[in-house]
Amino acid sequence: MNPLLANIVGHFPILQVVVPLVSAPLLSLLAFLRIRGLAWIVATLVSLITTVIAASLLASVWGGKVISYEVGGWAAPWGIEYRIDTLGALLLLIVASISTVTLVYGRSSVLQEIPEDRHPLFYTAWMLCVAGLLGMAVTGDAFNVFVFLEISSLSSYVLIAAGKRRESLTAAYRYLILGTIGATFFLIGVGLVYMMTGTLNIADMAEKIVAVRDTRAIKAAAAFLTVGLALKFALFPLHLWLPGAYTFAPSTVSAFLAATATKVSIYVLLRFDFIIFGQATPVAGLHFSQFLMPLSLAAIFAGSIAAVFQTNLKRLLAYSSVAQIGYIVLGISFANEDGLTGGIVHMFNHAATKGALFMAVGAMVYRLGSAELHDLRGLGRRMPLTAFSFFLGGISLIGVPFTAGFISKWYLISAALDDGNWPIAVLLLLSSLIAVIYIWRVIEVFYFTPPPDGAKTREAPAVMLAMVVLMAAATVYFGLDTRLSVGAANEAARILLSGGLL
Amino acid sequence: MTGIFLTDPITLSVAIPALGALLIALGSRSPNLRETMTLLTATALAVNVYALLPDVLAGGRPATAWFSILPGIEMAFRIEPLGMLFAAVASLLWIVNSVYSIGYMRGNREHKQTRFYVCFALAIAATMGIAFAGNLLTLFFFYEALTLVTYPLVTHKGNDEARKAGRVYLGILIGTSIGFQLLAILWVYASTGSGTFSDGGLIANSFTGAPVGLLLILFIYGIGKAAVMPVHRWLPAAMVAPTPVSALLHAVAVVKAGVFSVIKVAVYVFGLDLLAREASADWLFYAAAFTVIAASIVALRQDNLKRRLAYSTISQLSYVVLAVSIYNPIALAGAAIHIAAHAFGKITLFFAAGSIYTAGHKTEISQLDGIGKRMPITMIAFAIGSFSMIGLPLTAGFVSKWYMLSGAYAAQHYLAIAVIVVSTLLNAAYFLPVIHAAFFRKESAESAAHPHGEAPLPILLALVTTASLTVALFLYPDPAIALAKMLAGI
Repeated sequence: MNPLLANIVGHFPILQVVVPLVSAPLLSLLAFLRIRGLAWIVATLVSLITTVIAASLLASVWGGKVISYEVGGWAAPWGIEYRIDTLGALLLLIVASISTVTLVYGRSSVLQEIPEDRHPLFYTAWMLCVAGLLGMAVTGDAFNVFVFLEISSLSSYVLIAAGKRRESLTAAYRYLILGTIGATFFLIGVGLVYMMTGTLNIADMAEKIVAVRDTRAIKAAAAFLTVGLALKFALFPLHLWLPGAYTFAPSTVSAFLAATATKVSIYVLLRFDFIIFGQATPVAGLHFSQFLMPLSLAAIFAGSIAAVFQTNLKRLLAYSSVAQIGYIVLGISFANEDGLTGGIVHMFNHAATKGALFMAVGAMVYRLGSAELHDLRGLGRRMPLTAFSFFLGGISLIGVPFTAGFISKWYLISAALDDGNWPIAVLLLLSSLIAVIYIWRVIEVFYFTPPPDGAKTREAPAVMLAMVVLMAAATVYFGLDTRLSVGAANEAARILLSGGLL
Repeated sequence: MTGIFLTDPITLSVAIPALGALLIALGSRSPNLRETMTLLTATALAVNVYALLPDVLAGGRPATAWFSILPGIEMAFRIEPLGMLFAAVASLLWIVNSVYSIGYMRGNREHKQTRFYVCFALAIAATMGIAFAGNLLTLFFFYEALTLVTYPLVTHKGNDEARKAGRVYLGILIGTSIGFQLLAILWVYASTGSGTFSDGGLIANSFTGAPVGLLLILFIYGIGKAAVMPVHRWLPAAMVAPTPVSALLHAVAVVKAGVFSVIKVAVYVFGLDLLAREASADWLFYAAAFTVIAASIVALRQDNLKRRLAYSTISQLSYVVLAVSIYNPIALAGAAIHIAAHAFGKITLFFAAGSIYTAGHKTEISQLDGIGKRMPITMIAFAIGSFSMIGLPLTAGFVSKWYMLSGAYAAQHYLAIAVIVVSTLLNAAYFLPVIHAAFFRKESAESAAHPHGEAPLPILLALVTTASLTVALFLYPDPAIALAKMLAGI
């Protein structure tokens, strides 16, 4: 490799964040210069570059390696360390690639939903959000996590508020209040750990916490951190902001956030629970994450049952997301290899699945101006490819064999059975049945209800449709070829269980 | 070998009807072209399947794997005697049924005919996948696919009654398969690390005692398509479908996929020896015996012809389960033969019901007085089908019942013999009066006021063919018996 290129590759960890972060002010400059048409192109290109960087980072940590990068040449624990392992790199790839796909997909949709003079600012917020999410996954510094968390949160409030309807503002406001409480709790948690260990570097914290692990302050810190993050990733019953936010955000934003945002917060929880608090044992020999099991089961059932009763497709998917977050957290709460693998692989599979579903709904909204089930009658005839893509995403949500969703459920149920935890295996299957009901309700409307009289609808524009189909195909592809998803998830699970100190 | 190769006959068995569905959809503009496609596809599939028969009879066990997603989890196929028998019956009857469908759908001017033929072809593709599945997960996948693609067929009429029936159909079949069958499959995978159907039984050495019975409960009630009471309600509900659907799907493909899966699981997952050894597996006999008798009694009380046939089907399906539950190789051979025997006989009965509906628009048994004079061919075929249900000599039903009874006798299972004898009497009690009314009663004044002749030619052609097959299976049962004996290892 030529030396210049090698030098650039060496800086990939920081470039992963800096590239989208720097593009944000450039994009707002476009608004100032009134070159609005360029905004989408710049945002998409930057997102594409980010994806390439993420893929290259994942390739270089594959096999259990860890990249440690000292920002500005200041050695950890004094300077800020960026630390990338398989789990982080997998998250980077999810965020960056979903951002790229949704941007390409969303061009027509954004043109329709957002006034043109605001496009550069919209894409500015988008790139900030991407930078924030990537930063959370890349950094090895606890306070830095908070900074990126806030960057991504603030920009996502803006993105949600960009929705066409007035309810978008209320939804964004509600998210803002709850999100800020979450971020504050997180900060209190980080502060307490800092107070007890005197360091903000996560790897350093993990070593120093051993000396103080049984103190009340550490337990309080864990509680604050968990609750704060649970608010951000919408774990039942802290999910109240999510359905509104996903329903009223612009279609592209719903697709992007639903596929990525909550997962990154879960990732942060994983780091804290396993790498830092994993060194401490709170009560009765239980792992911290095991406290989340009852909540995750409640999330699965509450979310799924609520989804059954929705008449708006976006809201239905949002409630289904509440349930799916439950699955991810359930996997984590087993605190064993199969469970963690299932939870992490579900982050990946759910990103593809929910991405595909929200994108399909976005295409419907683009043509019909509505996501109400009543307006989507006979969609199987009116928009056959979109409807079929939704069907594929739907069966993946249910967990039909040979789709991505099946892989996740397979690991979750295996984890339950290995634990001898019969009731959970049964509950998981029951929850799949509820998923059958809410997906089938939609399929019935699409395929077995005649379209309203005189309704003539075409498919969405070619590029948009192509991305929908691509994502739907991905949900099937990752149900068949599991080398990337399960490979990375399994490795990540082993790293986490060993305390991240490989 | 992993990969999907279109030169592989097993892959072709699934691919031919699947591609046929595509061609049928493309031909939607021209009904003649579309129907030609259906017939061509059906013929191509039958040729392909029957070409496999000599190899399997000679002891060959062709196998293929499409892909492997995780260690031990793969989409794989392996042809064993039972699957060969099932595929041979289903592919042969698809041709006959296609001819019948053309007559029926055109005769009754049904709507959405393209969707009908497409779903039909897809249902056959799923059936082939079930027949040749090499492991539990592959079987499960095609089992669910079959439920989904038959839903549009069940709700074909599109009215509220059909949709309501469709919900019952889906609800029971998917509910039981995810709730019980998938749990059972996961249990097997979790304890053995594999789901591959193995000679002698996959779990024969890893399960003993009560778990065997529990797993059997999960499997039997998880395979809702076998319609062991109380998970039988979907079957009468599905009778709102057009008659060709009831004929092929609810006499052959769907219900036989159920009992086929039961036999397959009993033989290749549990192993007959394990089931015979474990007292916890004894309950199956009583569940099956109850269904055989109870469904027959319900059938007695039905006036609607298709509903009577539906309850007769439930009873006949449990014959297969009953024969398995004797846990004796000879009875098991009877169970396998009964899949073929009942298919030929019951499809004839449904064809006759559809023929009566098409020609005379009659659906109730009380309307059939004297119809034998107007529709002699239909009613003679109906009589042959009925005799096969009862198990009279010269029809296929006799062969399977003979094996079942011999097996029960060999196992000294006298209660089983009693159940079979009683149910035979019940079968006679609900079929013979229909035949008697058709041929020996005087037509009612109302029927005489609406004279009609026989149904259209394609319908009669199909009817005569399946009735002849019912007799032929009695006269030349050797290939079926050979396959059944290979399965049972005798």
